[in-house]
Amino acid sequence: MAARKSTAKSNVSAEELLSYYRDMLLIRRFEEKAGQLYGMGLIGGFCHLYIGQEAVVVGLEATAKEGDKRITSYRDHGHMLACGMDPKGVMAELTGREGGYSKGKGGSMHMFSKEKHFYGGHGIVGAQVPLGAGLAFSDKYKGNDNVTFTYFGDGAANQGQVYETYNMAMLWDLPVIFVIENNKYAMGTSVQRATKSPSLWERGAAYGIKGEEVDGMDVLAVKAAGEKAVAHCRAGKGPYILEVMTYRYRGHSMSDPAKYRTRDEVQKMRSERDAIENVRELLLQGKHASEDKLKEIDRDIKAIVNEAAEFSKESPEPALEELWTDIYA
Amino acid sequence: MATEVLMPALSPTMEEGTLAKWLVKEGDTVASGDIIAEIETDKATMEFEAVDEGVIGKILIEAGTDGVKVNTPIAILVAEGEEVPEEGAKTETAPAPAALNGEEGKTAAPASAAPAPEAPKPDTSPDWPEGTEMKSQTVREALRDAMAEEMRSTDEVFVMGEEVAEYQGAYKITQGLLDEFGARRVIDTPITEHGFAGIGVGAAFGGLRPIVEFMTFNFAMQAIDHIINSAAKTLYMSGGQMGCPIVFRGPNGAAARVGAQHSQCYAAWYSQIPGLKVVMPYSAADAKGLLKTAIRDPNPVIFLENEILYGRSFEVPDLEDFTVPFGKAKIWREGKDVTIVSFGIGMTYALEAAEKLAEDGIEAEVIDLRTIRPMDTDAILASVMKTNRLVTVEEGFPQGSVGNYITSVVMEQAFDYLDAPVINLAGKDVPMPYAANLEKLALVTTDEVVEAVRKVTYR
Repeated sequence: MAARKSTAKSNVSAEELLSYYRDMLLIRRFEEKAGQLYGMGLIGGFCHLYIGQEAVVVGLEATAKEGDKRITSYRDHGHMLACGMDPKGVMAELTGREGGYSKGKGGSMHMFSKEKHFYGGHGIVGAQVPLGAGLAFSDKYKGNDNVTFTYFGDGAANQGQVYETYNMAMLWDLPVIFVIENNKYAMGTSVQRATKSPSLWERGAAYGIKGEEVDGMDVLAVKAAGEKAVAHCRAGKGPYILEVMTYRYRGHSMSDPAKYRTRDEVQKMRSERDAIENVRELLLQGKHASEDKLKEIDRDIKAIVNEAAEFSKESPEPALEELWTDIYA
Repeated sequence: MATEVLMPALSPTMEEGTLAKWLVKEGDTVASGDIIAEIETDKATMEFEAVDEGVIGKILIEAGTDGVKVNTPIAILVAEGEEVPEEGAKTETAPAPAALNGEEGKTAAPASAAPAPEAPKPDTSPDWPEGTEMKSQTVREALRDAMAEEMRSTDEVFVMGEEVAEYQGAYKITQGLLDEFGARRVIDTPITEHGFAGIGVGAAFGGLRPIVEFMTFNFAMQAIDHIINSAAKTLYMSGGQMGCPIVFRGPNGAAARVGAQHSQCYAAWYSQIPGLKVVMPYSAADAKGLLKTAIRDPNPVIFLENEILYGRSFEVPDLEDFTVPFGKAKIWREGKDVTIVSFGIGMTYALEAAEKLAEDGIEAEVIDLRTIRPMDTDAILASVMKTNRLVTVEEGFPQGSVGNYITSVVMEQAFDYLDAPVINLAGKDVPMPYAANLEKLALVTTDEVVEAVRKVTYR
């Protein structure tokens, strides 16, 4: 199959563009705050930040309808915010408090929302892939036209269960969109050091699954590709693969010194390709928003994030009885 | 208002570090995400980013300073045009981290070491009303009927696995289901346990009630991550929001002459996992009643069958909707001299041994656990308090066996009632050999049960 890279961009209104800017900025500011709270010892254990990859979830969420499902790995804060989960509940889960989405019992990697059809938050690399196909299976079984966005990284793309899932998803025409968030590094191992495959999405061809590469630093390109994938799945044509080329600015987790790449590489991405800056420029150049309007958005988001941080500090730790609850339904 | 920039913790265990280098100087303007300093610990060097915008008003800790404690102010950030406040003046500091590991957080497990002076009163009600009509059925037929009945009543129930549909089941447990329910609900999978176990769990998250058949439980080791990490733990990890109603079933344990990789009992493995329920029936009636309960249960259930028992016939109550509750053991034979606790195929040896012992005047009470988790420890304790002697019988490996756990419960809660050390009979501590004579030696036998009972009764 010839290499294919989507160059299409979604035509959106100024209002929509502004809302993507806002959603992406919320994720970035939220994550920066999470990093800060981690540094203060308020967040423990692992904390995997999504900074740099914001356009991926925001672009794809723009194509979802009520009933669609999403599932991802442990780098999950961005996905939760993008699908409308409450920043307060997410942040309070990070601090392990009663007000968190899992009452403090899940942590950064394990949050869920039935209401928003967010199915986690999974800590075993690649495990969310068959789970996502299973969610899609449930919708097909029930006979509705919902789709499931199943996110995983370039690292997970080398797990065997991904290919077991591709095979069955295609065999059974499951309405699942496999979103490979290729941020170029599986922890410290670059894609090139983990595989000789020139691209990851093309591996789907072995199972007859269509797909394409997408510029993940461009929210409009992500949305355009997402619309295509969603239409394909809703029409009952089976799964679709999007390999979204993105970049994580921060380390794999908070305790990663990131010695496997140069500071220049990170700086170049940030200064030349940043998804939020790109949309900001589009908004200003097209006179869709004034500097003042953007500043106002910045202030609003800062307030939301600060409120979430305050809530996450004030919410009490879970009651000790919680140790023994939720083991069996 | 000026903000103090605090020395960050770069890992959960970091208490102090070296402020290796400042990448900004006083008077520099910084924005969120700008790298302002490098922090070193004994493990790594990390870049430290600004989380707020402003001007570096004052650097409080010089570059190259060792042993800077986490949360020490290292710089002061001010707004453009703002003065650095005098020392002691009010600045906006981030609050110190709360004590997350307080002593109060330590709660002991509910198990108590105190002896239980009074015998517990287990539920010994009959599984079906007296006078119920009975019919003879094999375990195989009983399992099929259980699935068919539940599939008839609930559309969300479906069965998937290798050869379950067109082949009618590798062991014919799903015989006839495809004809009755069609390919939408009886689904052949490729040979891909890890993948289809994960898809099954996802389908359960999505509101269905899957029955996932493993051709044998040996192959479920490929899928064990989804059984434990995805199915068993999600309810807890989601704070009770998202459960996983799923049944994993299939033959477990040794068959005959199939070698080491196809002959292992997983009862003890799965019974260790909070969030799972573990069922291992012996009779056809229990196979049917417990499988129906398993399919209705909102939790993940491991349902361990046995190939050798599939063809064995038992009396099954002829009731429209017959179920057996979890956590209720069955006393197959009452006795006063010794308690024999077993489950699954182990019951064959336990009951045969009890027959033989009765000929010599030793009356054994034989308890079939039926469910390993939840376990009816009340039934065991009540019996041991009566007989004062206990032998456990299972086919799995001896170290970390189900019998070991039962022994610990009895020791903690009925120590004073024991008149002899408990004996745990298990398979031998070896991979299963192929040779007929060695295989026989590796498995637990009726004679071993008889011998163990003689030891604990000193007769």
